[in-house]
Amino acid sequence: MSIAVNNNVDNHDDHHHHKETFITKWIFSTDHKMIAKQYFVTGVIVMGIIGVLMSLLFRIQLAWPEESFSVFSFFLGDRWAPDGVMDPNIYLALVTIHGTIMVFFVLTAGLSGTFSNLLIPLQIGARDMASGFLNMLAYWLFFISSAIMVASLFVEAGPAAAGWTIYPPLSALPQAQPGSGAGMTLWLVSMAFFIASSLLGSLNYIVTVLNLRTKGMTMFRLPLTIWAFFVTAIIGVISFPVLLSAALLLIMDRSFGTSFFLSDIFVQGEVLHYQGGSPVLFEHLFWFLGHPEVYIVLLPALGITSEIIATNARKPIFGYRAMVASILAIAFLSTIVWGHHMFVTGMNPFLGSVFTFTTLLIAIPSAVKAFNYIATLWKGNLQLNPAMLFSIGLVSTFITGGLTGIILGDSALDINVHDTYFVVAHFHLVMGISALYGLFAGVYHWFPRLYGRMMNKTLGYVHFWITAIGAYGIFFPMHFIGMAGLPRRYYTNTAFPYFDDLADINVLITVFALITGLAQLIFLYNFIHSMYFGKKAEKNPWKSNTLEWTAPVEHIHGNWPGKIPEVHRWAYDYSKPGKKEDFVPQSTPIAKGEKITEH
Amino acid sequence: MTILLSILAVTLLAISVWQITKIFEISNLGAKKDDSQVASEKDNDLQGKLMFAFLVFIYLVTIYSFASYTKVLLPESASEHGYTYDKLFLISFLLIFFVQTVTQALLHYFAYKYRGINGRKASFITHNNKLELVWTVIPAIVLFVLILYGMTTWSDIMNFEEDEDALVVELYAAQWNWKARYAGDDNVLGDANVRFLNDFDGRNLVGIDSSDPNGLDDVVVTQEFHLPINRKVIFKIRSQDVLHSAYMPHFRAQMNAVPGMITEFSFTPTKTTAEMRLNPEVVSKVNRINKIRYDNSQELIAKGEEALDPYQFDYLLLCAKICGSSHYNMQMKIVVESEKDFNKWLNDQNTFSEVIQ
Repeated sequence: MSIAVNNNVDNHDDHHHHKETFITKWIFSTDHKMIAKQYFVTGVIVMGIIGVLMSLLFRIQLAWPEESFSVFSFFLGDRWAPDGVMDPNIYLALVTIHGTIMVFFVLTAGLSGTFSNLLIPLQIGARDMASGFLNMLAYWLFFISSAIMVASLFVEAGPAAAGWTIYPPLSALPQAQPGSGAGMTLWLVSMAFFIASSLLGSLNYIVTVLNLRTKGMTMFRLPLTIWAFFVTAIIGVISFPVLLSAALLLIMDRSFGTSFFLSDIFVQGEVLHYQGGSPVLFEHLFWFLGHPEVYIVLLPALGITSEIIATNARKPIFGYRAMVASILAIAFLSTIVWGHHMFVTGMNPFLGSVFTFTTLLIAIPSAVKAFNYIATLWKGNLQLNPAMLFSIGLVSTFITGGLTGIILGDSALDINVHDTYFVVAHFHLVMGISALYGLFAGVYHWFPRLYGRMMNKTLGYVHFWITAIGAYGIFFPMHFIGMAGLPRRYYTNTAFPYFDDLADINVLITVFALITGLAQLIFLYNFIHSMYFGKKAEKNPWKSNTLEWTAPVEHIHGNWPGKIPEVHRWAYDYSKPGKKEDFVPQSTPIAKGEKITEH
Repeated sequence: MTILLSILAVTLLAISVWQITKIFEISNLGAKKDDSQVASEKDNDLQGKLMFAFLVFIYLVTIYSFASYTKVLLPESASEHGYTYDKLFLISFLLIFFVQTVTQALLHYFAYKYRGINGRKASFITHNNKLELVWTVIPAIVLFVLILYGMTTWSDIMNFEEDEDALVVELYAAQWNWKARYAGDDNVLGDANVRFLNDFDGRNLVGIDSSDPNGLDDVVVTQEFHLPINRKVIFKIRSQDVLHSAYMPHFRAQMNAVPGMITEFSFTPTKTTAEMRLNPEVVSKVNRINKIRYDNSQELIAKGEEALDPYQFDYLLLCAKICGSSHYNMQMKIVVESEKDFNKWLNDQNTFSEVIQ
């Protein structure tokens, strides 16, 4: 077992002496490539299907409110959908668990877990993670966390239903909502495991990037994927512990009678004993993680996109150092903007001004990134593979979704669109869809590295175009129902005749959502089919410069037989003048008379 | 039976996807023995053109949305600060619209223009500090102006003075209804706490402390509350159980209701309900809604159910913070009227001391 892989040992033959059993290879594996696959299957496929399915269920309810559907009976049972009509409590639970699963399980653990694990050792030239054992532990903690979250769906009183932000007192009082009983307890326990997993994983990524880079791989020769994963891990280590503390204090309030977040409460005809706490404190703690979390989700997707756009444009990424600087700037700013989620919570208005200032500053590095992507396409020779389409799609939704952030980040303007569908449309485009596009791009691009086979490109194209049209079809009109004043998380809008003329738009959105949701089956089919029957991959199918493509197609312990390749140049020598090929791998020594690319 | 049908439908869908793939594979085989899964020149050409078509699609969706959805948006503001709000919103929106149109065009046009051709080499451009500086500094300046504008607007809205003649109204949230409390002749709200809610057999709706003389002339109303036009209103917002959010979209007003603390918001209504009902945007919205309600009623009548009431415009107080199962139906009607009508209405209500007699 390679608990600590010594990078200086070039001869790695001793690994052949280890006999791998089924259990050490497939279940308790310490190999980063296997762990990457485990994260993908658990986080993206299993949890992803649950999360997307939930959104389709509540979209059906929103389009045809309080009507009877057999899919409701099928998935929710008589308890939550008597006669096929969805219960308001389960509606809120679906919204809550959809958010939780998509943000944490799919786009944090699924995305980072898969690609940080697969790519960090392979792209920096390391035999494995700094600690294979901790890496395995991180995955299994995540697995336990997922299992608990799924189990919470089957609790008698229903799963957590206070929104994915679980603001107390709603989340603290079972009297206020049935989901705040055992369902919420399991939610909190699941998140505690999740945070432990995330911390172990992140620490491992940071240490690996800092210590195990191969000879010649300076920090400024790292591919932008690694910069993104590295900085993401740092943000995670800074912010996740704060969520853990919030969760622990909430557990204290719920089970041990403390009053951190609760005060002066009267519910179900009874005055509760809580005195002196404040829900606003919880909001501060939650969003101290919650906002960086947006970038924990987004930065890896942007890193993946940088790599894929440069490779497929056959052109160096434009402004490498500016890209690194903007990743660092975004990471720094992301930790001091959480208050923009709280402009109308009763927080001191002066703080609102401060957070408006810091929030709108984020637009600057974000704009730099968007412009650099566009400049990278300029005068390129674009190979429009499915991965490239998803990357371009990401830039598109990142811009569309990011721009409305200028409205929401402005405290004055937030007043009237806060907690409306305008917010829902904004964050789904800028972090939900964008991060999913990054995830898909990554899978299409690195599938050959994961499974040694190619995914079918035709299916990839079909998948992209249906998804791209669907995503705008869902979220573009959604801005308008938000600006019409419709609050989010309403079980039905029929209680307000004033919103009757939004019904058609809601039907349209749901139709797009159903089509787009079903289109993901094409991806699933392509993924599973290609795993077994896909065309055998060549070693470097996309003619890429980065180190992972110098390793053999078959997965071996230690990644490279014999020596680890040395690095002689940055990752983006694409179409370098004077070179016959339009790519020069990082491991290729500088030729006689060749100028090192300044970047 | 329906479950069986659903399973059948999914199976058929899966089979059709499988068959479509087969067809693709066979047609590929027929044309050329090329099963490369890397984009070919032909792929680049088609996908590049589709990228351009997608740009057109984005523009069409934008134009369509603005053309057909502008009418569902909120009508002009009914509060004083709302005009400033709408102006700032419009300016920000135009800016966004401009940047969106230009950047999406560049992105998709480049994806089309530079679609790969075999044998062509991309230009080797690594960076350009001047360009980099331009697209850092310009957004920075624009944002700086926007930040200043936003911050002054915000501070004007939020840092209101507690004028003597401002009307103080408490908005009181509970699962799942709103109540409003007026301060009475002394214009001072009496002390209140959830501990008093069970006093007087539940008639003490917002938990007023009956030993505080300021509270005796307070007036508590449910279902609807009234406001006089052109007089500043200061809302004191409370909740008795979980978080709620007092959202009054027509007045561009929102503030959370937080148990254990009193939050505040203030605005000055500038249009009476009667005036707003004559606003052309509102008239056409109400007509549209009533047409929809009429159509829906026909269906209901055909099923032997009751028809829907026709709709008349009213200002609304909604809850915008998730608060449990009836979050979607937590509403209160707001009536804005002349000072005279308002005083008459208020005098007709029972004071707290009358209620607890």
